[in-house]
Amino acid sequence: MSQTVATPEVQVPSIPVRELAPWALLLALLAVIVTYFVGAEQGATSVFAGTNIHEWVHDGRHLLGFPCH
Amino acid sequence: MTLSPRTFLVHGLVAGLVGGILAFAVAHTWGEPPVEQAISVEEHGTVHSHGGESVATHGGGDEGGGITRGQQSGPGLATGILLLGVALGGVAGLGSAFAVGRLGRLTPGATAALVSGLAFIALGLVPFLKYPPNPPAVGSGDTIGERTADYFTLVAVSVVAMILAAVIASALRRRGVAASLGAAAVFYAVVIGVAYAVLPAVDEVPDTFPADTLYDFRIASLLTQGALWLGIGATLAFLVGRAWTKVVAETARKDLAASL
Repeated sequence: MSQTVATPEVQVPSIPVRELAPWALLLALLAVIVTYFVGAEQGATSVFAGTNIHEWVHDGRHLLGFPCH
Repeated sequence: MTLSPRTFLVHGLVAGLVGGILAFAVAHTWGEPPVEQAISVEEHGTVHSHGGESVATHGGGDEGGGITRGQQSGPGLATGILLLGVALGGVAGLGSAFAVGRLGRLTPGATAALVSGLAFIALGLVPFLKYPPNPPAVGSGDTIGERTADYFTLVAVSVVAMILAAVIASALRRRGVAASLGAAAVFYAVVIGVAYAVLPAVDEVPDTFPADTLYDFRIASLLTQGALWLGIGATLAFLVGRAWTKVVAETARKDLAASL
């Protein structure tokens, strides 16, 4: 063995799903909202009237691969 | 001692910011020139005109609700990419938190890198190959509803299939690396193949649209997404790896203290 020091082979512990679920819910919500406003708002559907959000994120929407007009 | 969900989440958000900055640099440098070219094609009317009231004007301050091209290509581009970057970084962080300790003997840092790489495939590459992004002046305003629905359907199918593939790989890991990864890859490929076949094709590039501009734009778009995930993956792997090194050292110190 090339291991000279008895480095304890620490088993990587998994994190219980119960602990992760609330964070996952929060993050999923955040990701969906951000994706919607960056990727789709004032395109196929609109929450807010006008086109300002669409125009503001316009180049990002195109370059991030979302369908845009 | 172990890594907490908070560690993954915070590091994920930081990694998202780093990835976003990297992606912005790529998009601004290589993405904006073809976008400008496409807009000039659009404005000179050599290509089709837009229909529908939801269509952007792109023309600058005179008709775009006061938002100029300079704002779109600078702060506007940064807003979209950084927001999405931070959100996706957080998702990558939590995805790594789920995956850590569940994928064989991978270290937390390697797990984070793997999760980010798979996320690029699922969210970036696979949707790109079926529905390549289009610059301004390509795409009919009349079909934006269907195209948006089809695109997000594919993204959703791809993400769910990738998660299931990881579950399959994890469940079969006692049968060896080759068998478990092979089964997971075949599963994902079959699901994506069916989705590609079932979802409708989009063919809206006008005949007169310059091919070079289209090519440059699509490559820049792929590079932007690649930069985003590369930034997220590298940063997250580094930060999580560093946190894990501390945990290991701390554990070793406690073991030593207990043995005295």
